[in-house]
Amino acid sequence: MAIIPNPHKTTGLLGWIDDRFPLTKLWKDHLAEYYAPKNFNFWYFFGSLALLVLVNQLLTGIFLTMNYKPGADTAFDSVQYIMRDVPYGWLIRYLHATGATAFFVVVYAHMFRGIMYGSHRKPRELIWVFGALIYLCLMAEAFCGYVLPWGNMSYWGAEVIISLFGTVPYIGDALQTWIQGDFSPADATLNRLFSMHVIALPFVLVGLVAAHIIALHEVGSNNPDGVEIKKKKDPVTHIPLDGIPFHPYYTVKDLVGVAGFLIIFAAVILFAPEGGGMVLEKPNFIPANPQVTPDEITPAWYFGVFYAMLRGVPSMFNSQFPGVVVMFAAVLILFFLPWLDRSPVKSIRYKGTLSKIALVLFAADFVMLNYLGMNKPDPTRTLLARIGTVVYFGFFISLWLIPKFEKTKPEPERVTE
Amino acid sequence: MSNEGVDGGRRRFLTAATSVVGAAGTVAVIWPFLKSLKPSAKAQALGAPVNADIAKIEEGQQVTFIWRGSSVWVLRRSKEMVENLTKGDAQLADPASKSSNQPDYCANPHRSIKPEYLVMAGKCTHLGCAPKLRPEHPAPEIDPNWLGGYFCPCHGSKYDLAGRVFKSQPAPLNMPVPPHRYASDTLVVIGEDPEKKA
Repeated sequence: MAIIPNPHKTTGLLGWIDDRFPLTKLWKDHLAEYYAPKNFNFWYFFGSLALLVLVNQLLTGIFLTMNYKPGADTAFDSVQYIMRDVPYGWLIRYLHATGATAFFVVVYAHMFRGIMYGSHRKPRELIWVFGALIYLCLMAEAFCGYVLPWGNMSYWGAEVIISLFGTVPYIGDALQTWIQGDFSPADATLNRLFSMHVIALPFVLVGLVAAHIIALHEVGSNNPDGVEIKKKKDPVTHIPLDGIPFHPYYTVKDLVGVAGFLIIFAAVILFAPEGGGMVLEKPNFIPANPQVTPDEITPAWYFGVFYAMLRGVPSMFNSQFPGVVVMFAAVLILFFLPWLDRSPVKSIRYKGTLSKIALVLFAADFVMLNYLGMNKPDPTRTLLARIGTVVYFGFFISLWLIPKFEKTKPEPERVTE
Repeated sequence: MSNEGVDGGRRRFLTAATSVVGAAGTVAVIWPFLKSLKPSAKAQALGAPVNADIAKIEEGQQVTFIWRGSSVWVLRRSKEMVENLTKGDAQLADPASKSSNQPDYCANPHRSIKPEYLVMAGKCTHLGCAPKLRPEHPAPEIDPNWLGGYFCPCHGSKYDLAGRVFKSQPAPLNMPVPPHRYASDTLVVIGEDPEKKA
């Protein structure tokens, strides 16, 4: 099918543009005539909030880069310079650092919404896969950004994370040196992480977000009932009966979410910018020192789950590699979720009690593992981390197994109020 | 467009040949980019062997030297410390250093060329933290049978005074020993193997 210029037959200046660029078409396809289910609840705020935080990170990042100087000798001082000497530099940096935390809060809520209502199910598998790639990219981006201030936690965080690649059998040592560009985390390492953080990964991230939204708008949004609104259309207009145009209905609704989010976001930035050590960690207020390890190396809070797994898995065959494999598997299993979930219904609303218990257990397990990852291990906690790891993977298996015997409730024909 | 009189076989051959040359070129051009990530000449030069003057180290004292950007410790062990090394074998994961990283000339119980001096990379084999020297004993808060050793603050791995790891620790192996040689009785060259005797 050929592209027809200006399908909406606009005239005047807009018509001149539409003859050459699909401005009206884009506006209508993605906003004014994109029909979303009318029964979205507050869980649907988090998609647009993620977009808001992304914009915040890009804008504050551009301004931070104007004053930040990558390099082992200059990075730490330039961050202090931003904090003390650049007018409002502190605000821009806090916006960026708190923005990273907010990104993960919002994305975790967004992912949980998806799992809860079956938003990964056919025909939305690719939306989910793009989303999982965004999450992976976000983790890499967050790690690189964490290293840039070159405080002592940055340095040792880099050492620990890059060491993970050193555990790969046979090629580990060479791989680690290749990634670092030196024999230990050094100037070259910092510079390449900076390059990744400000150029490569943002490009990939923005591209993936575009793919995520294009795929979403191709198939249409899911909703808390998990039923397809496209099945019941108005016979004349072909508009879904339970659909309302995204603009103005959801643009306005999302603005309420934005207002609520900004109140919390501003409160953290203005009253508790270090987030009690969660947003900015205390050992990072001293410069990197390759000779002194901080008393306790804790990851950023949003990696607690994976760190707990890494520590919980014991060394096997004289190697730490199994723990690394388990940790990466915990992220990679997300990619298979659309095909692991075998329930005849999408939404948790119409699944049985066992499925509901499994979902609550998974959420509680996630919180517990995160707590364990951020705190010192002891024998009890290590045992809990091992149980938690089994429960984490068990949830994904349960999505396959439970539907084999569980009775589901009938899905409604149309969305409920 | 008309396909009349087109030699399909020749066209397919040319398409395939062009694709193969193009693909080979693409792969070839990736190579320098991958290579550029390796340590630069400057980093390699900074990774050259370092001289460690050990004349002034007192018994029980540990001095840190920097080789390739990381700590290399030289610990001068007292007679008692060396004797204690043989007493804790039962609780060690790899007492004979069979799986661990060290030059052949240091694969002995004291893991060094001279029993008195331990030259070791100060890097926990778990995830690369710097373990702390805890020579005092007994120290029940670390281990009921503590005879002095290294304790990693990150994830609690325990090592003896030869850097040999205890059983069932997060760390799998003994701490690595870098190549080193004695240029004289008081000068250690870290990063070079001893010259082979002819």
